[in-house]
Amino acid sequence: MVKQIYSKYPMVKYLRKEALPTALCPGCGGGTVLNAFANAIDQLKIDPRDLVVVSGIGCSAWIASPYFLADTLHTTHGRAIAFATGVKVGLPDKKVVVISGDGDLASIGGNHLIHAARRNIDITVILVNNFIYGMTGGQVAPTTPFGAKTTTTPYRNVEHPLNIAEMVAAGASYVARWTTAHVYQLIESIKKALTVKGFSLVEVISQCPVQYGRRNRMKEPAEMLRWFLKNAIPISKAKNMSPEELEGKFIIGEFVNRERPEFVDELNKLIDEVQESFGLKGE
Amino acid sequence: MIIRGDEPDQIRLLRKLYKPGNYFMMGDEAVAYGAIFAGCRFYAGYPITPSSEIAETMARELPKLGGYYVQMEDEIASIAAIIGASWTGLKAMTATSGPGFSLMQENLGYAIMTETPIVIVDVQRSGPSTGQATKGAQGDFFQARWGTHGDHPIVAVSPVSVEDAFWETIRAFNIAEMLRIPVIVLFDGILGHMREQIRIPAPDDIEIAYRKLPRNEEEAKLPFGDPHGDGVPPMPLFGHGYFTHVTGSTHKENGLRDVYTPEVHDRLVRRIHRKIEKNRDVYEKYEEHFTDDAEILVVSWGVTARPSLGAVLKAREEGIKVGLFVPKTVHPFPGERMRQLGKQVRAIIVPEMNLGQMILEVQRFINDDVLLKGVNKIGGVPLTVEEILREIRGVA
Ligand SMILES: Cc1ncc(C[n+]2csc(CCOP(=O)(O)OP(=O)(O)O)c2C)c(N)n1
Ligand code: SF4
Repeated sequence: MVKQIYSKYPMVKYLRKEALPTALCPGCGGGTVLNAFANAIDQLKIDPRDLVVVSGIGCSAWIASPYFLADTLHTTHGRAIAFATGVKVGLPDKKVVVISGDGDLASIGGNHLIHAARRNIDITVILVNNFIYGMTGGQVAPTTPFGAKTTTTPYRNVEHPLNIAEMVAAGASYVARWTTAHVYQLIESIKKALTVKGFSLVEVISQCPVQYGRRNRMKEPAEMLRWFLKNAIPISKAKNMSPEELEGKFIIGEFVNRERPEFVDELNKLIDEVQESFGLKGE
Repeated sequence: MIIRGDEPDQIRLLRKLYKPGNYFMMGDEAVAYGAIFAGCRFYAGYPITPSSEIAETMARELPKLGGYYVQMEDEIASIAAIIGASWTGLKAMTATSGPGFSLMQENLGYAIMTETPIVIVDVQRSGPSTGQATKGAQGDFFQARWGTHGDHPIVAVSPVSVEDAFWETIRAFNIAEMLRIPVIVLFDGILGHMREQIRIPAPDDIEIAYRKLPRNEEEAKLPFGDPHGDGVPPMPLFGHGYFTHVTGSTHKENGLRDVYTPEVHDRLVRRIHRKIEKNRDVYEKYEEHFTDDAEILVVSWGVTARPSLGAVLKAREEGIKVGLFVPKTVHPFPGERMRQLGKQVRAIIVPEMNLGQMILEVQRFINDDVLLKGVNKIGGVPLTVEEILREIRGVA
């Protein structure tokens, strides 16, 4: 049965079969993200040999590492972008992609996220925001909505969630946010992020029915998707709305799309200049 | 890869930039030049006294050689970046001091578990915590050994002078490459900031090692296997189409995670240990002075080995039969040689700029009938010849 599904699914050629089936819960948004990523790679005709995928620790970190058939580096919690920085400098001609969770990338790894954006290093980050620490059992995350219940906010969350896309927008070349209920837009954004030269972030609001939904009256994956659809506001519309009206909504769309000097390019240019000025160029 | 296959051009650049001869420089600079001659072309770091001159030298020199300097946002990112770079084939290094070294410990464990060749320089300073930020010390002996969690081996080398820092850094890179492991250079703030004359050789006169690469697809498919029986797996580099999976979690020979099967964990961790045990000849190094007829032995490492030698020379003038044993690779400790020497002498003195760390290693290898005495000084001021000589006289 399992084999049959695999062979029917055209994207399976991008997966590491010996690692399947995935460890994600049924109904987890992680599957949608993997699917969207594989489709983006397929549509852009990127050879997976030209791809390095780096992830941290968490359920979302597993989405592509180990399941995507490419060079994959599964690192320590929060540090994926820092590892990816070294990879990108060593392999400037490859696509370096980080796929990991909101806890991983924005909490423990928040510092690396803003500094990679500031450097504008040509890495694509797909940040899976499920509002929770899924892997460790559903504790409060920096993205957990105000008032929500988690295992460490059993009464209600009294902290305000972090707006990741807005936080990163200051430095990056490309920033977009979608939900797992906006799959086609998501694929398009991942494609753009992969093509843009510079730091790109695609935040995907994703369902974790098991750790988040269950504790917040959305046990079924579909209920969570309906919640996303009901509360998603396109960025163009959100511009004319007051903060009160936007409370609890998810602004979706493209936040940033611009050109800025890219870090590894600049490093290599600098090397050229220095070698030139010291008369070190090969004869 | 920037240097393998690229040697003629790299040697041309080194020759042009650094004429063989005598130079007057700081220990920190000597570490940086050692790294450069060893083939290091990627440096990521975060400034901290007394290690910053290593970063500054690398930032100035690396671009001339086509190498990369990246100043990261912190030490955690620095070691992460050099691990990432190493998987692309670059020889990579970071340097730091006490607090920064503490921050690196989690990813040091990652480098151990993923068998990533990197070099980490810890220019030891006074602690705990920010301690005396600008003062040298030897307090990280066990942080280097046991700072990261879990059962793991470690190799740490420790230079005794500015010139030695140049050579020990090269040696650290060679060990890292040959055994596919992280290697620590346990340096210190006193030597780091001391200026001395050093001789820079012609680049062709330096032997440098490269990591083993897979010979074929089969080997590349087992990035954590042991096809040669020496415990050192060939390293399939990223970007070569091998589809390598690397994880800090317990993994099988093919790199895929298996954290449930006890045998898999046992096999992996024991092999990582075994490759260090079996390859002692690759990294073991110590110096001896007057040990042939010694009845008293001074055992000393790093910066303290120098006043120790001074004290031994003076004591010899006074007719005291004292010798000096200096482990240059401090981890794994040269226990076998220590055991032999321990049988020969009646007293051992261990001077260190801490409250007694390496002395515990010495103790493990000697019998109870040997008088064992530490000479310990903290506060950021090096031990003097007089202070050590006094202890030698005391047991003579
Ligand atoms: C240094 C460190 N601290 C804590 C952990 C435990 N830990 C593992 S995954 C995780 C949270 C993951 O959350 P997120 O990134 O949001 O991913 P999700 O599982 O929700 O997809 C934590 C705290 C760890 N592995 N390492
Ligand atoms: S716990 Fe949540 S995030 Fe983790 S796999 Fe299950 S549904 Fe997905």
